[in-house]
Amino acid sequence: MIEIAGISKQFGVKEVLREVNATVQEGEIFAIIGPSGSGKSTLLRIINLLEQPTGGRVLFDGTDIHAAADQSLALRRSMGMVFQKPVVFSTTVFENVAAGLRIRGMSKAAIRERVEAVLEVIGLADRAEQGARTLSGGEMQRVAIARVLVTDPALLLMDEPTANLDPLSTETIEDLIRTINREYGTTLLIATHDLLQGQRLADRMGVMIDGTFAQVGLPHEIFSAPRTRGVARFVGMENIIRGRISACEQGLATVDAGGRQVMAPTPLLVGESVSLCIRPEDVTLFLPGTEAGSARNVFGGTVQAIKALGPFRHVGVECGFSLAALATWKAVEELGLHAGSEVQVAFKASAVHVVRDEER
Amino acid sequence: MNEIIQAFFQAIELIITLDPSVMEITLRSLIISFSATLIATVIAIPLGFLIQIHEFYGKKMVINLVQTLYALPTVIVGLFVFVFISRAGPFGFLRLLFTPTAMIIAQTILILPIMTGLTISALTGVDPTIRDTIRSLGANTRQYLGLLVREARFAIIAAIMLGFSRAISEVGAAIMIGGNTQTSAFWTSTRVLTTAISLETSMGNIEFSMALGIILLSIALVVNLVMMRVQQR
Repeated sequence: MIEIAGISKQFGVKEVLREVNATVQEGEIFAIIGPSGSGKSTLLRIINLLEQPTGGRVLFDGTDIHAAADQSLALRRSMGMVFQKPVVFSTTVFENVAAGLRIRGMSKAAIRERVEAVLEVIGLADRAEQGARTLSGGEMQRVAIARVLVTDPALLLMDEPTANLDPLSTETIEDLIRTINREYGTTLLIATHDLLQGQRLADRMGVMIDGTFAQVGLPHEIFSAPRTRGVARFVGMENIIRGRISACEQGLATVDAGGRQVMAPTPLLVGESVSLCIRPEDVTLFLPGTEAGSARNVFGGTVQAIKALGPFRHVGVECGFSLAALATWKAVEELGLHAGSEVQVAFKASAVHVVRDEER
Repeated sequence: MNEIIQAFFQAIELIITLDPSVMEITLRSLIISFSATLIATVIAIPLGFLIQIHEFYGKKMVINLVQTLYALPTVIVGLFVFVFISRAGPFGFLRLLFTPTAMIIAQTILILPIMTGLTISALTGVDPTIRDTIRSLGANTRQYLGLLVREARFAIIAAIMLGFSRAISEVGAAIMIGGNTQTSAFWTSTRVLTTAISLETSMGNIEFSMALGIILLSIALVVNLVMMRVQQR
């Protein structure tokens, strides 16, 4: 439905987007996730024709939207956008929701019917005549969603729709997003810096880092197999260790990292520079001299620091490289660990995700 | 002190009894300043729009200049209009000097900058996300401007009110261009509240001046109350 092909955007000398490529399928929820300032909003604004790209094309059902100047109004009227900041016009809730329909020159009776139906969906039917400015942030954002929903857009763009809202309002909005997608079959493109929100809502997602998609895929692919160091860091792979493949046998490589030999599965070849991504919860701790189980990777090290993290303890270990482990506070107590303790760290080869180092 | 109090009560009496000359001056003042405000509105609001929504070289300079002219001295406006419409001036043949029409022209020029400037501020004050929302909803240029005015309406009304206040309370241009004349006909006289206060005071008619002063202040009060009501909605 939407094909983003080689989009780039510069504001003066600042390059905000470079070579962005992605395809959004009809009826799916596609999340653009990435840290603040990575270019997510700019991409949505380009698709909504609020900005012109410096290069590349956006195809909407095959039409190059920035080339078809005579169709730009019609194209814009076939999509809707909800902005990060909840804003309403200084009039009633009803008139806010009706605004898009009035712009489209719809009859009064039809407007009343559609607005009332949508107000029912967002749960503000009993407050139609209230001044919209008197609503809370979460309610204003619901009005903003209703305002575009009522125009029955084929594509709904949402730029950080919950970033300014409290957790409860966020939940309401997320439910609303799912309802819209399910009931109306609307294609949604949602930008969010909240990885978990992306995971909760999206059918597919693209991780935007430094103005381009570092990875596009299913949420579980992105979580379990990040393709670059940047994506790995963004999805919470805390341990990212640089190394070089020194040997390789049947898909199991030996990676030289900080003088240690780490075993990890990878299709990459000997000599490649790689990063090893290991989740702290996959690292187990043992006392020196005790049996460390069946894990392929066991190294001796020294505890650097122990930090409380809810019911867990976050243990930083120096074992040729820095490695963080997550253990229950009870386990840490039983092992009698404190800063300076000698310790063994163990993790399975399968717990290591190998990423080829980017050239940049 | 007693004389001041006595003058004050006489002034009240002049107002309550609807003294014909007090009423005539008040009415003329209102008509002249309303007309000037109306003309200035028709010019300043579109002008403010043009300046605000277009990007052009020197835009900041233009806005700066407009804002500087907020403090345009009334006597300068008087002088400016005078040289154009006096008998020797380029528009001398129109014989406008010392007529209410000339006063309307002078007051219009006086309040144009402040009304234009405040219109620009009113539009600038509309949240950028609101502007994006209007465009994103698929509004064409006319619909965009219409909705923008609706969002800025309170600030634009305030601009108009402020223009009117400045017009009705100025004295410099009114006396230079109008001349504070008193003829037998309503429409050929140019005596307004401010010029009359100035003249009557110098002639010692304190109670008459006070009556006009109270009315002038009351007008300002009413304008202010209306403005407050509008902004609270």
